Amino acid sequence: MSAEAMSHSTAGQGHDDHGHHAPLKPFLLRMFTTTNHKDIGTMYLVFALLMLLCGGLAAMVIRAELMYPGMQLVQPDFFNQMTTVHGLLMVFGAIMPAFTGFANWMVPMMIGAPDMALPRLNNFSFWLLPFAFAILIGSVVMSVLGMGSAPNFGWTFYAPLSTTYGPASTDFFIFSVHLMGISSILGAINVVVTIFNLRAPGMTLMKMPLFVWTWLITAFLLIAVMPVLAGVVTMMLTDRHFGTSFFDAAGGGDPVMFQHIFWFFGHPEVYIMILPSFGIVSAIIPVFARKQLFGYPSMVYATASIALLSFVVWAHHMFTTGLPLAGSLFYMYMTMLISVPTGVKVFNWVATMWRGSMTFEVPMLFALAFVVLFTIGGFSGLMLAITPADYQYQDTYFVVAHFHYVLVTGSLFAIFAGAYYWLPKWSGHMFNTKLAQMHFWSSLLSVNLLFFPMHFVGLAGMPRRYADYSMQFADLNFWISIGGFWFGASQLFFLAVLFTIKRQPKASANPWEAQEGLEWTLPSPAPYHSFTQPPEIK
Amino acid sequence: MGRKPSPSTQSRQLRWLAIGVVGMFAFAVFAMPPIYRVFCELTGLNGKPTLANAQAKPEAVLDRKVTLEFVTSVDAGLPWTFRGNLTSVDVHPGQIHRVSFQVENLSDKAVIGRAVPSISPAASTAFVKKTQCFCFEQQTLAAGQVVEMPVVLYIDPALPKNIKTITLAYRFYRQPDIEQKI
Repeated sequence: MSAEAMSHSTAGQGHDDHGHHAPLKPFLLRMFTTTNHKDIGTMYLVFALLMLLCGGLAAMVIRAELMYPGMQLVQPDFFNQMTTVHGLLMVFGAIMPAFTGFANWMVPMMIGAPDMALPRLNNFSFWLLPFAFAILIGSVVMSVLGMGSAPNFGWTFYAPLSTTYGPASTDFFIFSVHLMGISSILGAINVVVTIFNLRAPGMTLMKMPLFVWTWLITAFLLIAVMPVLAGVVTMMLTDRHFGTSFFDAAGGGDPVMFQHIFWFFGHPEVYIMILPSFGIVSAIIPVFARKQLFGYPSMVYATASIALLSFVVWAHHMFTTGLPLAGSLFYMYMTMLISVPTGVKVFNWVATMWRGSMTFEVPMLFALAFVVLFTIGGFSGLMLAITPADYQYQDTYFVVAHFHYVLVTGSLFAIFAGAYYWLPKWSGHMFNTKLAQMHFWSSLLSVNLLFFPMHFVGLAGMPRRYADYSMQFADLNFWISIGGFWFGASQLFFLAVLFTIKRQPKASANPWEAQEGLEWTLPSPAPYHSFTQPPEIK
Repeated sequence: MGRKPSPSTQSRQLRWLAIGVVGMFAFAVFAMPPIYRVFCELTGLNGKPTLANAQAKPEAVLDRKVTLEFVTSVDAGLPWTFRGNLTSVDVHPGQIHRVSFQVENLSDKAVIGRAVPSISPAASTAFVKKTQCFCFEQQTLAAGQVVEMPVVLYIDPALPKNIKTITLAYRFYRQPDIEQKI
C-alpha cells in the first residue's frame, strides 16, 4: 500500500489528531468531540461499568425484598419496576455497550487498522447511549420521587401489559429503546465496514483473530434484529397513541403476535450478548495454555451456524402460548440443534487446554470459570428446550437461573476476563494481582450461591417476577440473597483494581507472552494512534 | 481485500447495510403482521373462524356427537350485558345449528361494540363452519336496547376424531363512537 494512499485514507477519516493536543482541550470537550477508537472504546467500557453498577443496585433491591417471605421494603409495583429496569440496564446498558467498547478498542488493533472506518459515526453512536439511559433512569427517579411509575412490565414488555396497561412512562421507555437501537445499529455498521475494508494487507478473513470473527457475525445479527426491536416498540407507540390495533384484540389485533415479533428479535439478541464473549475466551485460553487454539475453522463455522440457527428458534420462548404440536416439535429440535455448534466450541476450548502448559493468571481464571459455568447454563437451556418439560419450568426461577448462568457467569465473566487480559495494553500498567484474584474467587463463590439454588426453587415451582413467595422457599431465598449481596460487594474489588492501576508496575508490550495477536506488537499502553503504517502479516 | 477502502466500495457497503436496516424495520412493521394474520387464517391457529359458504349442504353424521361450549364476556368499559341462551349443546357433525345470544345496552346512549371470537382447541377452528355470526360485524345498540344475536354454524364432519369438545368464546369490545368500516 502506497504512502500516498495512506495519507489519503487518514485524511478521509476525519480529524483524529486530538491526541497531540489532548492536554490543551478541556477533558469534557475532548470526550464530546473525540473520533479516536481508543477514547470511544474507553467511554463505552466506563459507561457499561456505570450501568452495571446501576443495574446491580436494582438487583440489590430485588434480593433485599426477596430475602424473607412477606413484603419487606418496597411495594409490589416498585418491585416490578426494579426487575424491569434491572433487565434493561444489564442487557442494553452493561453487556452490549461493554462488547462494543471491546470492539472499538480491539478490532482496529487486531486487524492492523489505524482506527474504525467511520470515526465520527462512532462518536455519535456512543453519545446516543447516555441520553437513552438518562431517559430510562429518569423514569425511575421520577418513580422514587412519587411522580408516576417507571416501566413495570418486565424487560420483555409483553403487550398488553406495556400497551393497554403500561404506565405513562412507557413512552419514555419506547424513546429510550429507539435511541439504544440506533446506537447499536450504527456501531454494528461501523464494525462491519471496518473489518471489510481496513484489514492489513495479507490478513485474509480466515486469518482474523476469533474475537474479530465473532464480532463480525454479531454485527450482522445486530443489523438484522435491532430494526425489528425498533419496529415492535414503534407498533407499541402507535397502539398506545395513534389508534392502531397491532396487539389489541378489540381492534382485530393479537397480543400473541407481540411475542412472536419480540422473540424474533429476542433470540438473536441473546446470541448478540454471548458471541463476542466466545471470541474473548478463544483469545485468552490459547495464551495461558501455551498452545494454538484447537480447530480455528470449526470455531468460525460454529459461530456462524449459531447465528443462523438463532433465527429459527424464537418460539421456544412461547411453548405455553398454544403452539400446535408440529410447531412445538420444530422449535424444540431446532433449539437442541444449537447445542451441536456450541458443543463444538466447548470441545475446542477443552482440546486447546489438553496437555497445555497451563498457568492460572486472572484472565485465565475468569475464562475457565466461563467455560464451566456457561456450559451449566447451556445444559439448563437444553432442559428448557424440551417442550413437555418446559410446561413445568416456564416462568419459574429455573429460567432465571438458566439465563443468569449464561449472561452473568457467561457474558459478564468473559467481559472481566477480557478486561484483565487487555488492561495492561489499555493502561500500560499491570493490575494488582491480589485484588484481581480476590475479585475472581469472591465472584465465583458468590455467583454460584446466588444462582445455583434458583434451579431448585424454580423446579419446586417458585414463579418469577413476584415480590413475595410461598413459605417453603424461604430458606433457599435467604441464601440466594446472601449470595446476591456478596456478589454485588465482590465487584468493589474490580473497582479497586481499576482505581489502583496507575500505582502498579509498568506493563511490557507483551506481558502475557502471547504468541499471536497484532495488539501485542504495540507498546503498552497502546499509542494514541496505532498502525498508521500497516503491519506485515505473515 | 486491501487495506484502503476505495470510497466507492465503502459507500456501496454502507448503502447495502442501510438498506438492510430499513428493510428489516419495514419487514417488522409492514410484513410481519399481515404474514401472521394470513398464517393464522390458513391454519386457524389463533382460533378466529371465517365466514363459511352457506350453500354447501353437509351430510349429518348421526353416530357421532360433539359438545359445543359457549363462553361470553364483555370488556371493561363497555356497558353491555352479553349472554347466550345455553352454555353447551351436543351436536352431530354436519347438522346446522342456530345459537342465540342476548345483548343489552345498559347505558343511556348509543354504543358501538364488536365481538372477537376465539375457538379452542385451535386445531378445530378450520372445522367450525359459521354461515352467520354477529361477530363478523360491528354492532350498534341504542340506549337500553336489547338485541338477539344469532350464530348459525355446523361442524365439518372431517373434524379430527380426537376432538370431542369445542369451546367458542366471544368477547365484546367497545369501539370508537364514530361508525367505521372494518
